[in-house]
Amino acid sequence: MMEITTVHYTVLSAALFSIGVIGVLVRRNIIIIFMAIELMLNAVNINLVAHAHRLENLVGEVFVVFVIAVAAAEAAVGLGIILAFFRNKETVNIDEMNVMRW
Amino acid sequence: MDLIWLIPVLPGVGAALNGILGVRYFSKTVAAGIACATMGGSLLLSVFAFVQLLGAEHREHVVSLGDWIPPIPLQTVNGLGAFEVPWAFRLDPLSGMMILIVTGIGFLIHLYSSAYMSHEPRGGYVRFFCYLNLFCFFMLTLVLGSTFLVMFVGWEGVGLCSYLLIGFWYHKKSAADAGKKAFVVNRVGDFGFVLGVFLIFFTFGTLDFREVAEAAAQLPVETATFGVLSTICLLLFIGAVGKSAQIPLYVWLPDAMEGPTPVSALIHAATMVTAGVYMVGRNAVLFSQAPMIMTTVATVGVVTALLAATIGLVQTDIKKVLAYSTVSQLGYMFLATGVGAFAAAAFHLMTHAFFKALLFLGSGSVIHAMNDEQDMQKMGGMKLYMPVTFVTMFVGSVAIAGVPPFSGFFSKDEILYRTFLDNKLLWGLAVLTAGMTAFYMFRLIFMTFFGEYRGPSWGSQNGDDHAADDGGHHDDGHAHAWHGPHESPSLMTGPLMVLAVGACVAGFVGIPAALGGDNAIEHFLEPAFVAESAAHSEEGAHEVAHLSHAAEIGLMAFSVLIAAFGIALAYHLYVRRPERSKELATNWAGAHRVLTNKYYVDEAYNATLVKGTMGGARGLWTVDRKVVDGAVNGTGWFTRASAWVSHVLDKYVVDGLVNLVGWVCAEGSYIFRRGQTGLIQNYAVAALFGVFTFVTVYLVARFVGL
Repeated sequence: MMEITTVHYTVLSAALFSIGVIGVLVRRNIIIIFMAIELMLNAVNINLVAHAHRLENLVGEVFVVFVIAVAAAEAAVGLGIILAFFRNKETVNIDEMNVMRW
Repeated sequence: MDLIWLIPVLPGVGAALNGILGVRYFSKTVAAGIACATMGGSLLLSVFAFVQLLGAEHREHVVSLGDWIPPIPLQTVNGLGAFEVPWAFRLDPLSGMMILIVTGIGFLIHLYSSAYMSHEPRGGYVRFFCYLNLFCFFMLTLVLGSTFLVMFVGWEGVGLCSYLLIGFWYHKKSAADAGKKAFVVNRVGDFGFVLGVFLIFFTFGTLDFREVAEAAAQLPVETATFGVLSTICLLLFIGAVGKSAQIPLYVWLPDAMEGPTPVSALIHAATMVTAGVYMVGRNAVLFSQAPMIMTTVATVGVVTALLAATIGLVQTDIKKVLAYSTVSQLGYMFLATGVGAFAAAAFHLMTHAFFKALLFLGSGSVIHAMNDEQDMQKMGGMKLYMPVTFVTMFVGSVAIAGVPPFSGFFSKDEILYRTFLDNKLLWGLAVLTAGMTAFYMFRLIFMTFFGEYRGPSWGSQNGDDHAADDGGHHDDGHAHAWHGPHESPSLMTGPLMVLAVGACVAGFVGIPAALGGDNAIEHFLEPAFVAESAAHSEEGAHEVAHLSHAAEIGLMAFSVLIAAFGIALAYHLYVRRPERSKELATNWAGAHRVLTNKYYVDEAYNATLVKGTMGGARGLWTVDRKVVDGAVNGTGWFTRASAWVSHVLDKYVVDGLVNLVGWVCAEGSYIFRRGQTGLIQNYAVAALFGVFTFVTVYLVARFVGL
């Protein structure tokens, strides 16, 4: 049984973050993009927790708690906007989300 | 005498009434009544004034109604003078005689016109009387005016009325043209007159006739030099030549016959055309001081008399004959003034006014009877149809021909006698003219009244007692159907008879001493022609050389003989053997043609002056079009061209720069514009690559060891 080291966490975190980035960049569905953003936040959380464990410093873990709280708030506001938008335009495709464009 | 200002004003009021109200509201009767009444009023006033003048010790009376032009400082030859013109009227023997002529004959002609013009429509009829009254107003102003400027007002006014009345039938082109011609030709003379008036003021510092005469009498007589007096007189004479139709400005008078016949009688025979003679007589003192100009006046007069008489020999239009006769008689008057016989000129002016007005009115009566036919070749035998007209015209002709004891004899012989004393050559020409006068006048009488009737036939040959009902009511039928020649209504024959009596007896006021008279008119008029100072001091200086009475009677007999010869010749050629006159005309075709065409003077004037003026005008027009318009158009063209240049500059240089800036911005921003997709994901990609770039740079820097 191989010991799980910090490197593993970091790679996982990098992979998750990359998936998130790619999801944000290439998908058109706002819900999916939103989920990809959550993915990137969580990749950062993993990274923070892993390094807090390696450095035996609790600041990282405390920071993660803040990130989760902010992410929850962000998810609530973001989903609210999406819902309001959907009620108006009946779409979740970001290509059609151009009412603010000049 | 203090009311003499009313004499011109009355007809003026009549003209104003008829002109302002009458044309619209008055009936023919009312209009003619007003015109005749005002003229009658001024005739009465004139007679009263004249009687008072005869009774007065000092036969000169000036009435000033107040200032016209208040004193204005103006430069004269003696420093600054006061240019002051009052509305002043002067009654003296000369103007007294003139107002009697103008109002007397004017009144008769007003009466005559009221019948003669009866076929005119109401508006034209009233207009006619308005003009006629206006003419009398101006003419009386002219003769009564006490200064040159007041006279000039009348002078121009009669010219205007002459123009209006010649062109009375303005729808006829010939009449309108004749009016214009008279007006333009008169302007030439008026130009001289007005220059003369300027020079008079500049020389003497006053425009009052009497003061000018007194001042002029102090100046030396200009026998050999052509000084200021000669210049003044020459200029005034140019004015007189225009108004009184002398060579070279006589051409308007024959054409003026286009006007209604009473107008010809009043304006172009009796009064207006004599204004020139009157004016020269009025300035007798000035003219006496300029002998050279006197010679000119006499020469112009006699040449005009002769020339006009020769033209009169062959004219066939009854009024044209009378017109040339008038020019000729005016020539006589100028001859008289030219030889210093101012009184004789005024005397002839008076007798001429009687018989020439009579002849014109008579010819008007004939023309009226012939339904507006003026060609004598189409008349003949008229004495059967219109005995009154025949007798009165015959009297007039006898008078103008100079048969004693009719009026023309006395005045004409006075002129001939005085001319004989002065210059034998002029006398010869004048006597020749007298013979021609007798000939053409009797030619007129014989062609019109004797022989066979040659006119057009009329509907019913029994125009029996048409002559009898000469009242008003034959008017209505007349205009539509002509019932042959007939005697004119009594309103027309009445004035004829009065004038005929005048033509008979007017001469008796001037019976020469040789025939037992005392030449009353000459003594009466003399004070008007000499300066007061001269009249008292050198009484003898004005005594002219005398012939014996026998010689004078001989001269008279000779001129009567000449006149009788003229009459006999006319009788021979036009009554006894009418075919002879035609033979003569064919035998002397060249001369006849020249005379019929009035020496081609009109043609010569047309070819030179009229064409010249027109050519000049055309030339100026070309200059106007090419140079003035060219300059304007050139400016316009230049503006357009420079505007085009600046337009091009603006469009390609200024706009080009601005557009270049814009274009550079537009093109330069292309690459950046492509990045601005508005898609958040693209920006995210860019941000991601930025992060990659920074991380890459950081890693490379770290591991390469920079």
